[in-house]
Amino acid sequence: MSEFEHGSQSQLDDIAPGDEEGAKDIGRGVRGYLIGLALAAGLTVVSFYITRSTLVWAPSIPIALSVLAIAQMGVHLVFFLHLTSGRDNVNNLLALAFGLLIVMLLVFGSLWIMSHMNHMMMPMDKVMQMQR
Amino acid sequence: MSATAQALQGASMARGHAAGLSEEGEHGASKRIVVAYGFWIFLISDIILFAAFFATYAVLTDSTAGGPTGKDLFDLRTVAVETACLLLSSFTCGLAGLGAQARNGRLFHGAMAVTFVLGAAFLAIELHEFAAMIEAGAGPGRSGFLSAFFALIGCHGLHVTAGLLWLLTMMAQVVAKGYRDDILRRILCFNLFWHTLDIIWVGLFSLVYLVGVAL
Repeated sequence: MSEFEHGSQSQLDDIAPGDEEGAKDIGRGVRGYLIGLALAAGLTVVSFYITRSTLVWAPSIPIALSVLAIAQMGVHLVFFLHLTSGRDNVNNLLALAFGLLIVMLLVFGSLWIMSHMNHMMMPMDKVMQMQR
Repeated sequence: MSATAQALQGASMARGHAAGLSEEGEHGASKRIVVAYGFWIFLISDIILFAAFFATYAVLTDSTAGGPTGKDLFDLRTVAVETACLLLSSFTCGLAGLGAQARNGRLFHGAMAVTFVLGAAFLAIELHEFAAMIEAGAGPGRSGFLSAFFALIGCHGLHVTAGLLWLLTMMAQVVAKGYRDDILRRILCFNLFWHTLDIIWVGLFSLVYLVGVAL
């Protein structure tokens, strides 16, 4: 029974995804969302700007855009979904980390395998010749 | 304690759970945490679904079959307006969540209404974009690239549509049932869902549209 009692004490150490720690005050909540909105809007504007300008060396633009996208996703996670590195958020963070592992395997694995297959494949005209 | 008594106790505990009688589970976590965490797991699986669609798109970007490429088709002004709509709607959705927490009806309903209008505007622009592309002979049947494009962006659009229906349901439920605990939990889940759709859109506008135009 003592385990259960301990369990109900430890609920202070958990927080629901999306809930902000100890935020009952609307003013504080709105301020958080405003900061998030400003940061996200800033990153979005930079993304659109560098696509069209010559500010960034052209071949590196896709990498720059990926970095900006990841930064903006981070801003959304922290300011809109209230995901922090705090002790009460460990479960939420671990679930997300596992999801990201699968996402990375899926995306980079597919790109890697398919580019290799394209590389290894006989050019189409050669295939045609062999069928003749 | 006999085995029968234990079994009986177990059964009654299970029944209490199934009926949702206790707001607190035996293991301490409140129902709000359990429900939101479960929904979080669902959202992560949804992100993995989008990753699969995105991987397909990334593999097929160059398979245009002699047809139009992203550079020919994507209009960045449209995408900028769509992005602004979705980002602002994510913000107002957060405000609606705060309104619900504070049981402030005017903030909740006002912010939800603005969220709906912005979400609907996003969807209308996207459908218009799709219609114009299909009109110009660049429909999903044109090339592998376009099939993957319509599947990926369309999947996000379907999620937004579902989110809009859910949003209206939540407004109606608050009117009909008030700020009960179960309604507040649903609003929290809706918030998580809507913010996640915006996060996915960040990936889509950056890596599909902007990279498509830049390359």
